[in-house]
Amino acid sequence: MIAAGTELPELAFDVTPTFVISTALATRDFQDVHHDRDAAVARGSADIFLNILTDTGLVQRFVTGWAGPDALVRSIRIKLGVPCYAGDRLVFTGRVRSVEGRVAVVEVTGTGKLGAHVSGTVTVELDS
Amino acid sequence: MSIEAAAARIAAQGESSPRLARDPVNQAMINNWVEAIGDTDPRYRRGVAPPAMVQVWTMPGLHGQRAADDPLGAMMSVLDEAGYTSVVATNSEQTYHRYLRVGEHVSASTALESVVGPKRTALGEGWFVTTRTSFHVGGELVADMLFRVLKFAPPPAQPAPAAPGVLRPVISRDTEFFWAGTKAGELRIQRWGETLRHPPGPMPPDGDLDAQPGWVVASGRGTVHSYVVHHRPAVPGREPPFVIALVELEEGVRMLGELVGADPAEVCIGLPVTVTFVTVDDDLTLPAWRVAR
Repeated sequence: MIAAGTELPELAFDVTPTFVISTALATRDFQDVHHDRDAAVARGSADIFLNILTDTGLVQRFVTGWAGPDALVRSIRIKLGVPCYAGDRLVFTGRVRSVEGRVAVVEVTGTGKLGAHVSGTVTVELDS
Repeated sequence: MSIEAAAARIAAQGESSPRLARDPVNQAMINNWVEAIGDTDPRYRRGVAPPAMVQVWTMPGLHGQRAADDPLGAMMSVLDEAGYTSVVATNSEQTYHRYLRVGEHVSASTALESVVGPKRTALGEGWFVTTRTSFHVGGELVADMLFRVLKFAPPPAQPAPAAPGVLRPVISRDTEFFWAGTKAGELRIQRWGETLRHPPGPMPPDGDLDAQPGWVVASGRGTVHSYVVHHRPAVPGREPPFVIALVELEEGVRMLGELVGADPAEVCIGLPVTVTFVTVDDDLTLPAWRVAR
């Protein structure tokens, strides 16, 4: 039985340029800042960076990897902090904020070199 | 029209007409997505789409044009024209009413919820644009999403220093007289009444808040009070070894500077020196010392 306060096992991603670009294209996000370093720099960034559709996917993967393949994700609410540039390593941590019946709310943070890149909550219906 | 007025006009148009995804939910796009994200959930190999993909189906694509009534596109144009040319997403809140299956064809409708700004951010000045999108299959609402982007003007790149490789002083209101002096070939010392002070500061020695500083021109003569011979680390614009001397001026204050043209072996405490001026460029002249012969 999962209780409030339960910590999720950490999950880390090496954010290589290939990772940034392949996830941007797999999410059909063709904004140049996610695949063209010169364009990203010209627009004020240090390098290409992860797109938000990928962050949503990574947060989902982090939580369902813990909750198991029979859990149902009901919502993913994320807020972006500092950018996650190519060359970074993104480490996800999380804990269960509350459980009501079969529905758990999980707090998630993805932290990179510059600090908290993504934070938010996932509401997940657990396999009972 | 102001940005606020344009936003109000676009918001008043309400939800855009439904935009049908390029393709129905399909295993090929799911496979690409799970491979890139590294998600091994077995459901996604059996015709179920990851819920976090909901927005992916209706993305406009590489050469995709936004619909004429798309409120986000309209708002982006308004902000582009106002000079806010860059965009980053800041918030995504997706609610899934059910998972999608291969073969279902999603459509999306978007409304502009709010436009807030201008805000100063770490990326530059910008506006937060919030939209709400609903995703349907047929007439059924399957998911909805609040999406917020920051549309910002990146600050101009920092100009390269006029003389690269030279460390430059920070020139403030308290010290500008000093640097104007070196440019004019004068060594100026801050004066508070009868008291001389160097380095210059914003407050007199007695803390009198009404006092105003002046300055006097030093003779430029003094003696070495202390010194170091710098070998390493490397310093931009300097060839080691070089000598940095703390010089006691005739006027009674001490001042740091490079002792140029001296053999480090001949430098000693008490050595008489006179000021010299090293012109770096049009904006910067550094005071330095040379041995008085």
